[in-house]
Amino acid sequence: MCEQAVNAIIENYRGKPEALIHALTEIQHELNWLPREVLAEVAAALGVPLAQAIQIASFYKVFSLTPKGRHELHVCTGMTCHLRGGDKLLAKVEAVTGLKPGETDAAGRFTLERGSCLGSCSIGPELIVDGKHHGRMTPEQVEAVLDQYS
Amino acid sequence: MSEVTLTINDREVTAEAAMSVLEAARQAGIPIPTLCHHDRLEAYGGCRLCIVEVESRGKINHVVSCTYPVEQGLAVRTRTETVDRIRRVLVEELMAHAPDSPELKALAEEYGADRNRFGKEPIFCVMCGLCVRYCAEIKGEHAVGFIENGPRREISFIPERAAEVCWDCQECFTVCPTSYAQAAYLLAKGLAFPDGGRS
Repeated sequence: MCEQAVNAIIENYRGKPEALIHALTEIQHELNWLPREVLAEVAAALGVPLAQAIQIASFYKVFSLTPKGRHELHVCTGMTCHLRGGDKLLAKVEAVTGLKPGETDAAGRFTLERGSCLGSCSIGPELIVDGKHHGRMTPEQVEAVLDQYS
Repeated sequence: MSEVTLTINDREVTAEAAMSVLEAARQAGIPIPTLCHHDRLEAYGGCRLCIVEVESRGKINHVVSCTYPVEQGLAVRTRTETVDRIRRVLVEELMAHAPDSPELKALAEEYGADRNRFGKEPIFCVMCGLCVRYCAEIKGEHAVGFIENGPRREISFIPERAAEVCWDCQECFTVCPTSYAQAAYLLAKGLAFPDGGRS
């Protein structure tokens, strides 16, 4: 099913080199990462050099050249969250998931990232899972929140 | 082709309207140092060494001459105290990455740059992009490209392409000011196509 969706995206942009970023973004959403073979297919179909596809894919942080987990965890380490205990929250998330920021677990469940100010200072410290904000988090609540995602 | 007249170091110079200040100066035999410039490639504006002082309608500005178009009545000064200082610091910064590049050594001599001013971070690449642009613009092969961003940015040979085309070309080695392109190629070859890339 994934492959079909990816092929549909590639076909949609065939022959349009200017749409490289659009194509890569949609494939990233579909697969959660950009495999090398897919990059080569995209480059060939859109008519851009593979070197350029790799340059773009490695430049922007939204693209990943390694597999990411099904769920993305973002712990805010910005100033406000830090003052409200963001580092303790991050330490707890690291302990529960066994991940350091930037890592993905072997089962492909979670990818952990941190961000410096994720924009919700008034409800900090916060943990964002797949874009859903969990505000006023305490380390004790971490396990219950993560259990909701399999 | 319309022509414009400008002054470079108080000398009157005639240039074609589409020229850059750098081209106009070189045509008149006035030297301006460059690192990322290549006559056969598009102007890049990466190394900033060709910075000059320009005065237009009473305003003084510092611009990189390779991407700055000539204009009628423009006054250009290629060696002022400020220009020399900027170039000196640029060379000192680049020497933190490639302290033994012959081109940088010559520039250091010229501008009194201290090769040890900044802590060494010998990545040997000065990000001039000559290899990448040469491969793309002249060869049309795109076998080497930039990857990553910011402080992690580097050149990288794309094994799939490099294995096919690099062995019989290797022309980018000669445009590289630090020999890093050659090193990067040999690394990619050793890792990805140890048979030598001859198919």
